[in-house]
Amino acid sequence: MKMMDRSSFLRATAIAGGGLLLDVSLPFTARRAEAAMTSTPIGAWIKISPDNTISIYAPQSEMGQGVMTSLPMLVAEELDADWARVIVDAPQVDKAYNNPPFQTMATGGSSAIRGFFMPLRQAGASARAMLVGAAATQWNVPANELRTAKSMVYHDASKRSATYGSLAGAAATIPPPEKVELKPREAWTIIGKSVPRVDTSAKVQGKAGFGIDVKVPGMVYAAIRHAPVFGSTIASIDDTPIKGFKGPHQVLNMKTAAVVVSDRYYRAKKAVEALKISYTGGDATLSSAKIETTLRAGMNEKPVIATTVGDADGTLKTASKVVTAEYYAPYLAHATMEPMNCTASVTKTSCEVWAPSQAPGPLAGLAAKMTGLPPSAIKIHTTYLGGGFGRRFNLDFAAEAIQISTMIGKPVKLVWSREEDIQHDTFRPTSLTQLKGGLDASGNLVAWQQRIVTPSLLVSNPQLGFPPPPPDKPDSFSVEGCADKKYAIPNFTVDTVMKNFAVPVFFWRSVGNSQNGFFFESFMDEMAHAAGKDAVEFRRPLLAKEARHLNVLEMAAKLGDWGKPLAKGHGRGIALHESFGTIVAEVAEVSVDAKKKLRVHRIACVVDCGTYVNPNTVEAQMQSAMIYGLTAALYGEITIDKGRVAQNNFYDYPMVHLAEAPHMDVQIVQNTESPGGVGEPGTPPIAPAVANAIFAATGTRVRSLPFVRHGFTA
Amino acid sequence: MTELTVNKKKFSVDDEGDTPLLWVIRDTVGYTGTKFGCGVALCGACTVHVNGEAVRSCSVTLDQVKGKSITTIEGLPPADGHLTKIQEAWIAEEVPQCGYCQPGFIMATAALLKKHPKPTDAQIDENVTNVCRCGTYSRIRKAIHRAANA
Repeated sequence: MKMMDRSSFLRATAIAGGGLLLDVSLPFTARRAEAAMTSTPIGAWIKISPDNTISIYAPQSEMGQGVMTSLPMLVAEELDADWARVIVDAPQVDKAYNNPPFQTMATGGSSAIRGFFMPLRQAGASARAMLVGAAATQWNVPANELRTAKSMVYHDASKRSATYGSLAGAAATIPPPEKVELKPREAWTIIGKSVPRVDTSAKVQGKAGFGIDVKVPGMVYAAIRHAPVFGSTIASIDDTPIKGFKGPHQVLNMKTAAVVVSDRYYRAKKAVEALKISYTGGDATLSSAKIETTLRAGMNEKPVIATTVGDADGTLKTASKVVTAEYYAPYLAHATMEPMNCTASVTKTSCEVWAPSQAPGPLAGLAAKMTGLPPSAIKIHTTYLGGGFGRRFNLDFAAEAIQISTMIGKPVKLVWSREEDIQHDTFRPTSLTQLKGGLDASGNLVAWQQRIVTPSLLVSNPQLGFPPPPPDKPDSFSVEGCADKKYAIPNFTVDTVMKNFAVPVFFWRSVGNSQNGFFFESFMDEMAHAAGKDAVEFRRPLLAKEARHLNVLEMAAKLGDWGKPLAKGHGRGIALHESFGTIVAEVAEVSVDAKKKLRVHRIACVVDCGTYVNPNTVEAQMQSAMIYGLTAALYGEITIDKGRVAQNNFYDYPMVHLAEAPHMDVQIVQNTESPGGVGEPGTPPIAPAVANAIFAATGTRVRSLPFVRHGFTA
Repeated sequence: MTELTVNKKKFSVDDEGDTPLLWVIRDTVGYTGTKFGCGVALCGACTVHVNGEAVRSCSVTLDQVKGKSITTIEGLPPADGHLTKIQEAWIAEEVPQCGYCQPGFIMATAALLKKHPKPTDAQIDENVTNVCRCGTYSRIRKAIHRAANA
């Protein structure tokens, strides 16, 4: 029962005649062991073994977005590596693998390709130059007479060739070139191709090692029950109810949570659920109604300006037509399929952590701080993540595992129940917004005034170390996706008022864009209707100077059959949103029957993410982001009652299933722009596209999420 | 001690009779391809076969499967080092993203194809009711049809 971490999978090698050669996913195959013992590192990213197997480090956490494939593709392209013989490894925490925008090892903000597009190609080109240099020296020929292909160096004039594996030792002694030339894009053979993911084979066999699968010698199991009311702590624990249960049991009072440690997870879980616990503190009067009232009251407080152009206030006074509306978005849980878990082993001299974490860099820092050990005594193993969506950028669950291991002096695997995962998530912030839009006599959008009242992610999460916004500046996460919209509205103001509550908030797939995209693109649709114009036609002049946006809008309209006849009870809606450097438009087709049964039949999605690395992954991420956003739009709502989360599990925090999943068409814009993010930008347009389609089908404008609040059923 | 057969191997386990089969498989027997998702039989990440029928292993107890034959994702292929046509279809369609739920989907699909070798979309909808948070549903549907026609 050896632990299989994500660094232990070999690539599946397709063999002619069918089937797959299964030297994959077993941690200690002969091939891997040999590669590990004899391979030569060339720089921080690449190791080459004598048999010409090339290991490439993937510096980002694999949570489904395909980075273990797409990032090594960048290295392999410039290295001229034989992709069929590439092994992907997960590196230990080291500043060499820092994500450039974060300056630490962390995965989020749809930043993997954007952050590593240049550094990883340069690493590949640099290693290639060193291998060529080694061959030139060995053959005593000028380096410019050599060419490389599929992990080989060739000197055509003398018909000589050598494998990278045979040259690696000599290449490693050559100083890396100060400057390398990167291939022109016409020469790419890997970037831009649908390369099969390296983790698929292990994942369909149940052999991929997630955090929850970690097993280390001497390990015990921990189950946890957090104090349910936010801000409350444990006053006392009565363990009488578990006296008859089969043990061993060790009951820990961690102040904000009770923990039971046992030799089997289920023994720990059953016991922790049976304990009689009394709590103290916290505000048990906090409720969703109270939060909404506070947000609405915030509308009358002095805001901070996020963006202002022209004179929205003045223009609204003279506009031919003014439309006002209030929109609302609830708190949301992430609900990753793999509940929170972490394994930690803390001794007097070392701290080793196995974590499905988006933030191994910050985790290493936290482990050092918690244990008082030097950084050299900390070892972080990043496993596969059973979903991330921002949740696993937080370190709460890992801190608990480290604390428990310290308390009991043993390696321990902490696993949260689904109920704990839902109730003690750190949530997508709730948000309330009021909008005023003004049209001139010709129905042009001439004024937009919007106030957003919401908790601040930055102020609520000082542990992240991001600087809080100064008093006269907004938390950009509160207003992103509204304040930075590219429509040419001549008089435009977005401002915000911060209201924080005891409910913990955190990044959720596409962050502020997740609710702000809904607000903005729904109200844009309202303005189009008020102007008596088609939603695409209405947007065109506003995007006249934004060629990429306009192109995405037009392509989506075409792909989504915009304007074509529809069956009775059907309607189409469109939404366009840029986030993380990528522009996405989605057209939804829905039907609503007499009993308000809502069916999303089809979504057409066009994405302009500039230069892309793996189109298959881009398509998958768009599909993924749309389903994730659709679940939230249809059902997603965390409510607060008596100071605690009212939802428990998938029965009251439901998910879209296969039967409700719409048909999705995804088209990727072909251009040579800089890469944009891919993991998140597909989410923001889905809620407004569907809401606008509901309006088209029924005349009912949905201004608060989720749709089930309005009597729709799916 | 309770006897059970997992992937054609006999095991004798000392877990309490009320222990969900899921945890017996994962922690005592040691097959970790069967995943914990919700604990209340709603997400299907823990789907295994008990005497050939798809069962959500978080919600059956050890007592209920005493002496029965259990198959997990690890025991689904006919022999070690091979893949089923379902797994091959999953690879061909590049289904998994995070991959956590996929063993459960594959086990549910194996049971579906036994019942309906050429399932309609409606039969897929009715029988494959697992949850995938990465939203791989459209590729799952394609992969099921591909496996059925392989």
